[in-house]
Amino acid sequence: MPTKIAIQHVGKVFGEGRHTVEALRDVSLDIADNEFVTFVGASGCGKSTLLRILGGLEYHTAGEVRVDGEPVLGPGADRAMVFQHYSLYPWLTVMENIKFSRRLKHGRESLTEADVEAASGRADALLALMGLTPAAHAWPNQLSGGMQQRVAIARALMGRPKVLLMDEPFGALDAQTREVMHDLILHVHRLEKSTVAFVTHDVEEAIYLGQRVVLMAPRPGRIDTVYEVPLPANREQDMKHTPEFLRLKKEILGRIRETSGMKTDRDMLDQLNSQGTAS
Amino acid sequence: MPAQSGTRLRRPGIWTIRSPLSRRQYWLFAALGLLVPLALWWGASSVAGVDKVFLPGPADVYRRLVSWFAEDELMSDVWISIYRVTMGFVLSAVIALPLALMIGTFRPVQALLEPLTDFIRYMPAVAFIPLVMLWVGIDESSKIAIIFIGTFFQMVLMMAEDVRRVPLAQIEAAQTMGADIGETVKLVIFQAAKPALLDTLRVTMGWAWTYLVVAELVAANSGLGYSILKAQRFLQTDKIFVGIILIGLIGLVMDQLFRLAHRKAFPWLYLR
Repeated sequence: MPTKIAIQHVGKVFGEGRHTVEALRDVSLDIADNEFVTFVGASGCGKSTLLRILGGLEYHTAGEVRVDGEPVLGPGADRAMVFQHYSLYPWLTVMENIKFSRRLKHGRESLTEADVEAASGRADALLALMGLTPAAHAWPNQLSGGMQQRVAIARALMGRPKVLLMDEPFGALDAQTREVMHDLILHVHRLEKSTVAFVTHDVEEAIYLGQRVVLMAPRPGRIDTVYEVPLPANREQDMKHTPEFLRLKKEILGRIRETSGMKTDRDMLDQLNSQGTAS
Repeated sequence: MPAQSGTRLRRPGIWTIRSPLSRRQYWLFAALGLLVPLALWWGASSVAGVDKVFLPGPADVYRRLVSWFAEDELMSDVWISIYRVTMGFVLSAVIALPLALMIGTFRPVQALLEPLTDFIRYMPAVAFIPLVMLWVGIDESSKIAIIFIGTFFQMVLMMAEDVRRVPLAQIEAAQTMGADIGETVKLVIFQAAKPALLDTLRVTMGWAWTYLVVAELVAANSGLGYSILKAQRFLQTDKIFVGIILIGLIGLVMDQLFRLAHRKAFPWLYLR
């Protein structure tokens, strides 16, 4: 598989002068064409920052990111992003949201009549794929959270991006809706053959969706371990109960705890107690 | 839960925190809020010994309204005042809108203009009267200028805040769909801020009206504010009342028109 995204020695420092925070240090990773990679890690590990760097929404302060060999210099239509929430346009209907990119210059350039027709067909197809056809003319705030995220995904796919970047897209959804969305996004990935980088704090989600799970560690943010997921390409919900799935889940969860350096509740209480006696 | 026969269905009362009101209850309370002060006013003014110059009653004020309308060209006073306020307000809005979009979108513009605006907006508009007379003259444009000065600087800052409150995810989503800066401002930031901007216009319209009396201090010979000032000189307290109440009523009507426009323009905010 050819490399789609090449991340080479990427570092990111926020702030300037004495008030700097090192968010990422020496992050290197190759993501193959059509691969589905998920990122997990304790809070502050820089997984969202890394995703935003891939999207060009944040600048890295060291190293290089290339997509199809081209260095990433800013946001672009080849790398669509799906956010956790508040990204839909409430003044546009579902259909208008999905077709938003058609209003932009780069979408209109060198456009033939056939392209326009194909685009309209694509919007309809995406609506159907996402099960949104009956809601085509509704406003986003008439929809449930799950439906809204379907619209956000369809809108991101509309411009046929090379890479789909997802930043905890299902983080605000309830557990049942989330399972449905998992199978939907896997189906989309098979159909669209796009490369997906997916950030989540849910280890089970990361394993179920990812071909590889990248575990990141905080302070400074860095890649700790990359796990190959030992499951068949076509995932099914039942696989979540197989021994290999559970073993991997346990291993990743344990490693996140080790790398987080976060104190347990017990430690916190002990610390509070000792402070109490000291003063 | 189905109500069992015999047990009384307990309905939360209207004094529960943030409990909803039915339409009828709303209008009942609104009417009460207007009628009670009116009754108090009427009661206070009809106490024996209260001078009409000190406190005219509702009937006196009504009589003055009728005579002003019939003999003193009330309507031309009303229209010239509406004209002045509207012109000052529209001028302010037309200049404030693009500036606010720039301030709310680009940090350098914010740093350039916001401290300056904050500085000027604390200056009292009344104090500008001599300067306005010197620079603009004493014709209509001077009254419009005073209303502009009183409204503009507050308006810019509030509108800039509206623009800043557009969710970043909406902006970034457009950028990852290939929108350039101009498209992001025009198709996302402005569109997303529109409902809040119209609300700001509604609020600042009220402020523009409060500067009317100040504006008509400047060599005016017509208008509601001017009439109030003139009535003060002749101790026509009832006429002062008419002027103040009319300004209030015009403001109320304009406010309702803005609310109606908001409902018509942004229907997705008023579902259910």
